[in-house]
Formats: sequence, structure tokens, C-alpha cells
Amino acid sequence: MTLETAGFWGLAAVLLAGSLAVVLTKNLFHSVLYLAGALVATGGVFLLLDAAFLFGIQLLLYAGGVVTIVVFAIMLTERLVGERIRQTSRRLANGAIVSAAVFVGILMAVGQARLPTERPPLAGDVTRGLGEALLTRSVLSFELLAVLLVAALLGALYFARNDD
Amino acid sequence: MGLQAYLLLAAAVFAIGLFGVLTRRNAVGILLGIELMLNAVNINLVAFSRFNGDLAGMVFALFTIAITVAEVAVGLAIVIVIFRVRKTVEADRLDLLKG
Repeated sequence: MTLETAGFWGLAAVLLAGSLAVVLTKNLFHSVLYLAGALVATGGVFLLLDAAFLFGIQLLLYAGGVVTIVVFAIMLTERLVGERIRQTSRRLANGAIVSAAVFVGILMAVGQARLPTERPPLAGDVTRGLGEALLTRSVLSFELLAVLLVAALLGALYFARNDD
Repeated sequence: MGLQAYLLLAAAVFAIGLFGVLTRRNAVGILLGIELMLNAVNINLVAFSRFNGDLAGMVFALFTIAITVAEVAVGLAIVIVIFRVRKTVEADRLDLLKG
């Protein structure tokens, strides 16, 4: 068993367990903490795929940024102690059936496709290539992304502002 | 590990996230499910990119991550506004638009 195989199965176990905990646990606050675990495991998968830069971005933006924002939102909309933070789920059977159907559908599509089993050798540094691609081929999208982030920031501020 | 293993892992995470979106009552819980689904998409993008030897997929994943963060910020701001107005974030009770 190579290091990559062992790493993949370990990360897959953490990722799947974390994801299940996110959707099944009763306490919303615990849900967010499990989400942080699942997001870090996803970052580990990126690392396995030689995308070290994406791993860093994942940790910074998702595990750092998103989790912090969600925790703040929970603190603003629920009381951290007491019964309010308990959340319930509804129509568990229907949800399970629909998501299982989607999973089986993807499974069949993936099973039919002829997919490569060996990855091609790396053509140079991935991070360097990523930076060059960002600032040459997709520079317009990159700049538009900056505009989008400003718009989202202003929009969020506008929504969440105090009326008085 | 072949590309197939990564795709199946992503599919499983996507299905779990979909389950969360469908079953959670709390609006923040639904957003967490959406996060999981978007994450699964990112795994797919990076895996395809690596196995095809084309960096475009990773650039795309980078865009997806940034857009997701913006989406979460706006989504949670909306949740906070809804909580201020309606005093609840239970998705079942937010039926103002129901005819």
C-alpha cells in the first residue's frame, strides 16, 4: 500500500464521517465544527492531487473564513446555550431516497465512463502554472472575481446593517 | 488511486450535502449542506484537472472557492435579516411568498 493510497482512504474516512456528522448532528454549533473538519479533509484531498496552493486557499477561506462567519451568524440568530440551538430534521426518508438516487445516478455515470487510472507527470510547478494561468488566460475572470467580492461584501453589509 | 476513486468520494459527499439541504429545518443548516455540495464539486474539478494534466480545472476550483465564500457571506446576511424580521430561521415557517 503506497502512501497515497493510505492517505486517500484516511482522508476519505474523515471526510465522509465529517459530512455525515454535519447533516445528522442535532446541535447546530457542533455541525459547524464537523464542517470545519470535513473542509480540512477536503484540503488534504487537494494536497494528494498535488494542488498545494489550493490546500492553502481551502484552509484560509473555508476552514478559516467560512466557519468563522457561520459561527457568528449562529451566535446572532440563536442562543448558544439552552434549547434554541437544537435543530431537527424533517422528512428524513424522502431526503435519503432522493440523495441515494442522485448518488446511484452519478455512480452509474462514473462506472460507464472510461477514466484514466494513472496521472500524467507534473509539467513544472503547479502553483507557478496556476499563477501564470490566472494572470494570462483567465485574467478577465480574475478581475471580475474582485468586483464580485466587493459587491458581495457591500451587499452583505447592506443586508445586515442596523435600520437606525 | 485512479480518477474514479476521487469522483466516487466527491459523489458521496455531494449526496450527503444534498441530504442535509433537503432535511434540515434551520436555514443555517441548509447553508452548511450547500457548502458540502460545493466542496464535492471542487474535488471533482481538481481531480479532473490533475488527471488530464490541464491546470484550467484548478483555476476553476479557485474561482469556485472564492464565489462560495461570497455566497456564504450574502446568504448569512440574508439569514440574519430574516431572523430580525421574522424572529425565526426555520425554513418551514418562512412561507411569506406562499400564495
